[in-house]
Amino acid sequence: MNTIIISLLLTLALGLLSGLFLMISFKKFYVQEDPRVEMLLEALPGANCGACGYSGCVGYAEALAGGKETNAAKCGPGGQEVADKVAHIIGLDTVSIVKRVAKVMCNGTKENAVRRSDYDGVKSCRVADFTLKGDRGCVYGCLGFGDCVNVCQFGAMFMGDDGLPHIINEKCTACGKCVEACPHDLIELVPLDRKVFVFCKNLDRGPVAKSYCKVACIGCGLCVKQAPEGAMKLEKNLVIIVDAEKVDEVADKVVGVCPTKAIALDEKFAEVKTV
Amino acid sequence: MRPLIIFVAAAITNNFILTYFLGLCPFLGVSARVSSAIGMGFAATFVMTMTAIITNLVDHLILRPLHLEFLQMIVFIFVIAVLVQFVEMVIKKTSPSLYKALGIFLPLITTNCIVLGLALLGAMRNYNLIENTFFGFGAGVGFTIALLLISGIREELEVRDVPKALKGAPITLIIAGLMAFAFMGFSGIISLQ
Repeated sequence: MNTIIISLLLTLALGLLSGLFLMISFKKFYVQEDPRVEMLLEALPGANCGACGYSGCVGYAEALAGGKETNAAKCGPGGQEVADKVAHIIGLDTVSIVKRVAKVMCNGTKENAVRRSDYDGVKSCRVADFTLKGDRGCVYGCLGFGDCVNVCQFGAMFMGDDGLPHIINEKCTACGKCVEACPHDLIELVPLDRKVFVFCKNLDRGPVAKSYCKVACIGCGLCVKQAPEGAMKLEKNLVIIVDAEKVDEVADKVVGVCPTKAIALDEKFAEVKTV
Repeated sequence: MRPLIIFVAAAITNNFILTYFLGLCPFLGVSARVSSAIGMGFAATFVMTMTAIITNLVDHLILRPLHLEFLQMIVFIFVIAVLVQFVEMVIKKTSPSLYKALGIFLPLITTNCIVLGLALLGAMRNYNLIENTFFGFGAGVGFTIALLLISGIREELEVRDVPKALKGAPITLIIAGLMAFAFMGFSGIISLQ
């Protein structure tokens, strides 16, 4: 009994004394810090997603206050509102930013893409990719297990009934987590005002691609001829948009000629969306 | 002579990381760059030397007279935490450049098992104050040596063709095992318990 009381008293006394000691030394050794760091932290959303390229909101705030970072618009989740606030605190001109969102560059829905096998393994894109590149005919397309949906911490993604992930633009903060998660590099961060996209990453020759996917890019090059010189190019049987602004200007023409509808307007893709 | 023997034993023959396998977390985590390994090594050496002194005093002046040896673990980790907090404040005030150099490592090392292991081992072996100080300093130096060695190897590895499955942590663990083998060669040079 005695031992219990002594040890209780000892730890209690030790705790009180050290608490007091630390409190006094904190006052005595107080270091004035840049008050803007605190203000910036309040302005930033605190999601610590790392979209700005720093370890978290604290890292970004310190870099801004220390003068190492002069771009006030790096916060993806915050958007225009936070960019304005941050610019105001560190005394920069406000910058206008176009919101960017993630976009899945594959339209291989259950109807469009043929399955070549039954995959019965772990429900993960990464694992499926490792085991014979998944169950779909196209080895470049969406695997459909939603690794991207799982890493999204803003609830901006969901798996549609069509077997493809969909993005809710309003919730997407362009943090880039899903871009990293996709083993086939299908997700890109694009400005919200872009219109035309090539919803395909297939590099196989036309007939081969067509044999397993209705909406694959067959590399015919019809769209390249419609677009201004140098705005689009054909590379390894796949069309690549080089200058998005120029292509958007002739959006209807470019989209109209595509025999497989691999290249499409964003809205067209949005029609299959089912919440 | 005995303090010196304890120092060499703690640093090399009974290296904390490679023979006791304490402090493996920073050994794997902060060993990607030589520069950060040096920062971590210095911070750890500093904290461990201070820890060795203060825990020895607490042990001999408070716990043993009161026959409360069973409280060692709790009291030690508590004292270490307070000490590191205090030291951090002092360094922040007096030497901002040193504070920046040690950075996040200083508070991180507080709760590492290598520090607690050092305090408990010192108490178990009944070292006196001077012996324990050398023990702590030697353990810190040994930690720094091990960290420097592996970070040097890892920097070299970055440009080498490591099989994809072994990249990162796996190859580091394999290297750690081989280094532990190598350090076993030192055992027997100095025997001390």
